[in-house]
Amino acid sequence: MDNNKIKELKQKAKIVREGILDCIGIDKKGHLGGSMSSADLVTALYFYKMRINPDNPDYPDRDRFILSKGHSVLAQYAVLAELGYFPKSELKNTKKLGSILQGHPEIRTPGIEANTGSLGQGLSIGVGMALAARLDHKNYRVYVIIGDGELNEGQIWEAVTCANFYHLDNLVAIVDYNQLQASGPIKERYDLGNIKAKFEVYGWKTWEIDGHNMAEIVNALDQTEQVKGSPCAIIAHTVKGKGVSFAENNYRFHNNLLSKEQYEQARKDIASIKV
Amino acid sequence: MNIENLREAYGRELLAIARKDERVVALDADLCGSTMTSLLEKEMPERFFEMGIAEANMVSVAAGLALAGKIPFVNSFSVFAAGQPYNQIRQGVALPNLNVRIVGSSCGLSDAADGATHQSIEDVAIMRAIPNMTVIVPVDAEETRKVVRVSLQHQGPMYIRINRSSLPVLTDHQTAFSIGKMNLMAEGSDVTVFATGIMVYQALQARETLAKDGISIGVVNVSTIKPLHQSEVLKFTKNIKGIVTAEEHSIIGGLGSAIAEAISDQMIPIKMVGINDQFGQSASSHEELLDYYHLTPKAIIENVKILLMSYNQSNLT
Repeated sequence: MDNNKIKELKQKAKIVREGILDCIGIDKKGHLGGSMSSADLVTALYFYKMRINPDNPDYPDRDRFILSKGHSVLAQYAVLAELGYFPKSELKNTKKLGSILQGHPEIRTPGIEANTGSLGQGLSIGVGMALAARLDHKNYRVYVIIGDGELNEGQIWEAVTCANFYHLDNLVAIVDYNQLQASGPIKERYDLGNIKAKFEVYGWKTWEIDGHNMAEIVNALDQTEQVKGSPCAIIAHTVKGKGVSFAENNYRFHNNLLSKEQYEQARKDIASIKV
Repeated sequence: MNIENLREAYGRELLAIARKDERVVALDADLCGSTMTSLLEKEMPERFFEMGIAEANMVSVAAGLALAGKIPFVNSFSVFAAGQPYNQIRQGVALPNLNVRIVGSSCGLSDAADGATHQSIEDVAIMRAIPNMTVIVPVDAEETRKVVRVSLQHQGPMYIRINRSSLPVLTDHQTAFSIGKMNLMAEGSDVTVFATGIMVYQALQARETLAKDGISIGVVNVSTIKPLHQSEVLKFTKNIKGIVTAEEHSIIGGLGSAIAEAISDQMIPIKMVGINDQFGQSASSHEELLDYYHLTPKAIIENVKILLMSYNQSNLT
């Protein structure tokens, strides 16, 4: 991977973070923290890894992306707008009555592949798509981002064992491991211990990376394509609120109101990110 | 009268449509020998997915398959198929209006021996409350086959409730079936009984007994519990004195509720025969439970007579 491409991806991630702020707006609540922590991962998937066609969102051989931690959908909206799935001017209508951009992902939005938001379901939906790909002899791949708090859901582990049972090497789970769940640090709230070991014991091939290091992200994504016979999990260490000084590592910005001052500070913080 | 098993009819027809339409796939939660999806598994194992005893995952996997163009049939006992993965059905299947068929086998009290944990008495209420969901209760094996066939053309999710028992075959291959339409099984002029599933046969038996007393009841088979429209109900209520509903389900939220909701602005008295807000229990036979919970011709007869008595009293005063 040449440095120019990495730089380009970092630039896109910056645009995505700006888009997240566009979705939230001033004096409004929005899931800033998780959206910012997922931003680099979602950017790498759409602008580097996945086979997609924004002009024909439903073309059958496209790769699929499911944001199982649906509350971070602002990052996905920002990416989809940047890619032209819908006009960027739509971002400011996020969560407004009648908007195509709902509070959590819905397939009514061009480019969204599944309805998620009730945590724990997206990985299973990904398993279904991966099984369908195999049945149809298609080589599209399925990527699912799940939250670390979301791993509390028992259904995640049903999906983890199911993907292993069916040897779904066309399925990649990426854990956005920002260490904070809605009500506080995971270590204090509901700690599952060694996540990587848990995926491994269920037969998944795993990687542990810095989820904000673009080179590490693309490298891990590339490596998953070489795996045969088992599903892949990337444990991506991230920072909740990444890029926004006052929100970083602050669980209170899971879904918090942004004052005018905070909004402007966030804009400045993102503008100053070096690429 | 012919008796035929609904589960077998379902399993055979599912295989038949799968042979014709490659979009059809089946998922099961370790009950394929009972739900009869084993027939499909045997012939086309690549299109059968053993999901283990993990119903939540099973439903969401089905959502993923549907999003990729398949028509997944999700199978378990009713109480597990509708109850365990309620939220997965609501969020992942019904909200995006996907072509997933949730097939609840051994419905109502029909898994008699296994007791309350395995008997579904509120599944129709749960499924009916979800927007976009269509709810079907086939009356017999013949209608079960039609429901399976029609489901291929239907857009959106369906809940199909299949009885464990072998039941009298009350319809034939010429009997019309379409989603949302009711079928008049026998005419009557005093009271109309709207019945579903196993209770249609009970209503027909009640009709014979009542005829001996000079009371005439019509019997309507309501296999589509949702959508259920007022216009469809009113086709069968001209000049009658009241309605009795009958279902192998709680009186809360099932067929009786659906009829009452549909005609709440009509001045037609309604009595409901169903399970009176209580759990089932183990018994040596399905019939024994039907008797115990008053899901009988006798209960229908009593309710018809109560309706007629109050009608006569109100006309006297």
